[in-house]
Amino acid sequence: MKLEVLPAVTLASMIAARELTSREATEYFLSRIRRLDTNVGAFISVDEEAALRRADEVDARLVAGEFSNSPLAGVPIAIKDILCMTGSATTCASRMLEDFRPPYTATAVQKLLDAGMVPLGKTNLDEFAMGGSTESSALRRTCNPWDPERTPGGSSGGAAAALSAGLTPLAIGTDTGGSVRQPAAFCGTLGLKPTYGRVSRYGLIAFASSLDQVGPLAHHVQDLAACLNLIAGHDRLDSTSLDVPVPDYASELAQPLAGLRVGLIREQIDNDSIDAAIRDATLRCQQTLSGLGAELIDVHLPHTQYSVPTYYLIAPSEASGNLERYDGVHYGKRSYGDAGSPSPLEAMIARSRSEGFGPEVKRRIMLGTFALSAGYYDAYYKKALQVRRLIANDYQQAFTQVDVLLGPVTPTPAFKLGEKSGDPVQMYLEDLFTVGANLAGIPGLSVPAGCNAQGLPLAVQFQAPALAEAKLLNVAHQLQQAEFFKPALAPSFAH
Amino acid sequence: MKLTTDDVKKVAELAKLEFTAQELERFTDQLGRIVELVEQLGEVDTTGVEPMAHPLDVHTALRDDQLRTGLTHQAALANSPKHDGEFFLVPPVLTR
Amino acid sequence: MSEKPYKIVIGLEVHVQLATTTKLFCGCSTEFGAPPNTQVCPVCLGLPGALPVMNSRAVELAIRTGLALDCKIADVTKWDRKNYFYPDLPKGYQISQFDQPICGEGHLDFPNPDSPSEKLRVRLIRAHLEEDAGKSMHDEAAAKADSRIDLNRTGTPLLEIVSYPDINSPAAAKAYLTELRLLLTYMGVSDCNMQEGSLRADANVNLHLEQNGQTIATPIVEVKNLNSFRAVERALVYESQRQYDQWLKTQQTINDAPKQTRGWDDAAGVTVPQREKEDSADYRYFPDPDLIPLHVTTDQLDQQRQQMGELPAALREQLENVHGLKPYDADVIVSQGRGVVEFFQAVVAAGASAKRVSSWIQQDVLRTLNERGWTMAEFPLNPQQLSGLLQSIDASQIDNSRGRDVFQYWIDHPTMDLDQVKSALGIESIDQSAMEALCQELLAEHPKIVAQVLEGNQKGLGSLIGAAKAKNPNADHKLVRELCLQLIQKGL
Repeated sequence: MKLEVLPAVTLASMIAARELTSREATEYFLSRIRRLDTNVGAFISVDEEAALRRADEVDARLVAGEFSNSPLAGVPIAIKDILCMTGSATTCASRMLEDFRPPYTATAVQKLLDAGMVPLGKTNLDEFAMGGSTESSALRRTCNPWDPERTPGGSSGGAAAALSAGLTPLAIGTDTGGSVRQPAAFCGTLGLKPTYGRVSRYGLIAFASSLDQVGPLAHHVQDLAACLNLIAGHDRLDSTSLDVPVPDYASELAQPLAGLRVGLIREQIDNDSIDAAIRDATLRCQQTLSGLGAELIDVHLPHTQYSVPTYYLIAPSEASGNLERYDGVHYGKRSYGDAGSPSPLEAMIARSRSEGFGPEVKRRIMLGTFALSAGYYDAYYKKALQVRRLIANDYQQAFTQVDVLLGPVTPTPAFKLGEKSGDPVQMYLEDLFTVGANLAGIPGLSVPAGCNAQGLPLAVQFQAPALAEAKLLNVAHQLQQAEFFKPALAPSFAH
Repeated sequence: MKLTTDDVKKVAELAKLEFTAQELERFTDQLGRIVELVEQLGEVDTTGVEPMAHPLDVHTALRDDQLRTGLTHQAALANSPKHDGEFFLVPPVLTR
Repeated sequence: MSEKPYKIVIGLEVHVQLATTTKLFCGCSTEFGAPPNTQVCPVCLGLPGALPVMNSRAVELAIRTGLALDCKIADVTKWDRKNYFYPDLPKGYQISQFDQPICGEGHLDFPNPDSPSEKLRVRLIRAHLEEDAGKSMHDEAAAKADSRIDLNRTGTPLLEIVSYPDINSPAAAKAYLTELRLLLTYMGVSDCNMQEGSLRADANVNLHLEQNGQTIATPIVEVKNLNSFRAVERALVYESQRQYDQWLKTQQTINDAPKQTRGWDDAAGVTVPQREKEDSADYRYFPDPDLIPLHVTTDQLDQQRQQMGELPAALREQLENVHGLKPYDADVIVSQGRGVVEFFQAVVAAGASAKRVSSWIQQDVLRTLNERGWTMAEFPLNPQQLSGLLQSIDASQIDNSRGRDVFQYWIDHPTMDLDQVKSALGIESIDQSAMEALCQELLAEHPKIVAQVLEGNQKGLGSLIGAAKAKNPNADHKLVRELCLQLIQKGL
């Protein structure tokens, strides 16, 4: 049986019914990784032994009657290598943390473990999640399973690639400026960035703390809903996690869309930079929604054009602080300075950082340090925080008229490896449609929308008010039911 | 503003990063273009707008003053590039 | 005080370690003296992905302190990161409060060391919460050896109390710190143990000089490493003289030189220049995105006001106004801490006269505590017992020196009552006729003294009292004196 095409919740019910063991499912995906990942490069590390040990343990506990309320027990999952897991290497795709083994587990991962899920391994990403193509990874090159010459997107490129190559039924990523939604769009999967604070950030190695959020990637909306149910919720170890009850996301998927008010973000849909096929996909989506009884309303987010500059001040500023801890003292890479330097300590710190970080990380540290430094703070960092409020206000205004917003995820489908890596500004402009949700703290969902003429995946994005993930999932599920999109592996991995 | 290599050097010192002359040149050019991009914000009138440091309007998360098991001594030192079994070791802090 | 040709201007920054069980942002213990790197967790080690969560007790103690210092308590306060690289600062930044401290402007009044009945006032700029750094240890002998880092102290809650430059003498600086420490220990906010670093002071010092009718200020120097109150006073005496000598040599004013940092070398008794942590301190403060703002409620304020208890200044006033003590005496008692004040109040309430209680506590009780190493709580006599003794002295049933015998014996036999102690010491009152007989006997034995007294010289009476005590230790010296005089005047 081809397990990679089944919804994760179906795998779980087969495992619960003992038609399949967790070990069998785990072995199945491990064997696919062994066979196929050399062509993809989705994983940084795979601990087969640990995965199988874990699967056996879950099997035994399932037999003992545990996990009866867990919709994903026994199902394998891939974890982005930016989430800590006790004892297993957590690298952030950086030389800096190549040998780092955290002595603790991220809350989101712990919740997956508590629900009986089986981590297969850690997926590749842009170094410290800084990038949109996974090319800044210092450890692995990941290609797009739909076209090996193209990027899978990023920073959760390994997660999206693993899914679309059928190497895992589910994946966990993180999204700071689109890092779940954009690779999902490039690889033809679903990707959800929840509301800021919906999922604990404890154990998520920080890039930009006021923007980072953990989110699932999947082929099926039910899987996304089930997974979000597992990881969402308040965590006393994260002051920014929201103490608000978690709804049963699965139970709201079947809601009809009649009367739903969908806002069309004019500044985004009419944007000159947007690829024609993507605009067509958005139009097709409007038609499907209209057919399902939704009401389409034009809305404006007048400050959209400023979201990239705003984001590229706030995120690097926070990152410059978050990455100061990598000084070669307590953990991570240490390199010594030249002999005879006037301060061996300072030379050690500077050398460790200079050898430990790659160019994109350094660029962002430099930018953030600059924006926060004396004399520039008000003109750059503080100004960005003010525009952030205006961007958030735009959303708030829009949500007085509509329930969800529809727009593109990216201006173009997956671009070629190396195409933009020489030009940081071009790369940053790719984030135009995704960073708004992070700045405003609201949820966003990337939904597959077929392919262009070259066979590359297309996608649309839905955004909703804070904590309205259920509405996003509901819309996506209805679109899946209406066959606006069909869950699909990349063709060359689907045989 | 136009970034100079001197500006970039000063920032690098604050950020504790070392660059070769060539790298410095490249970074000055790239950062210069990024700064140009972010300076678009200058167009926006933000008079009287409250800066937004947190995405959501929430406040006051406190914990009780209760002990919580930390790390064992071994676990605390395990990832350290250099230690003596008791302390983290670094090149001398004081220089004379 | 000798007049100096300048005025010293001092502002103090005091770091107080708050008396919490756990650290400011994690559940690790703050106890002093554990083996290195054993009170640490992912949060205070600054491991990637670990997040801070604020300790509610630290907030409460900061509010309590702010209220006692008449500070304006912020409705909304927030957390900022102060960025700098140092190996005992594992995150590369310190979580502190930059532009919205929990406590705003306030002030502290305290007795003027030159004239205890007067008060001095020092205004406060602010008091804010922040986390402590760890400790770096350097082997002085082997300069090239590695430095050792212990992170047990990392994340310990500190309240930094910053004063205006309102202090104008080293003695006043010491008195300010003394009062601040007293206040904080009264409220249970901190143990203020300077040896363990629970209270640390840095001083900003410069001089104001009059020249051609204008006031000239010398460059400001921050003096660090002040590890005792004595060190504070000595360092400031030294530093002000040094600045004056420097001024005479260089004529440099505040406009000619940036603020400098010097460390106090206690052994050598000098301040020496210190290297700055960063050559150009640009801390790049920004709001910590890992922590959300804190709203202070009126309930919290009320609760802390209730838990504050009576404060030293109010107690001094009470001892002076209600009990009639002199300011000096009231200050001595209040300075001993809340336990001694409460003991004083209880002994007085049980009936003894306040002045006698004050003098007995200041002398006998405090000496005993000192000698035996007891705290007030460990003192074996209860207030009723001591009051009983002092009342018998008030009523001349026992004289003062026999009273001391009773006190000495009683503290080792606290289960006895006063009568039992008296009889154990053979103290009993002698009746009038026995006393008269004793005195007559004495006069008969000392005719010379009788003659002297009749000539108007009463000096010899003293030795009669001594002789009386030798015959009977219970003889009251006042009574002996009176009776002998009467008998002599009556012509026996």
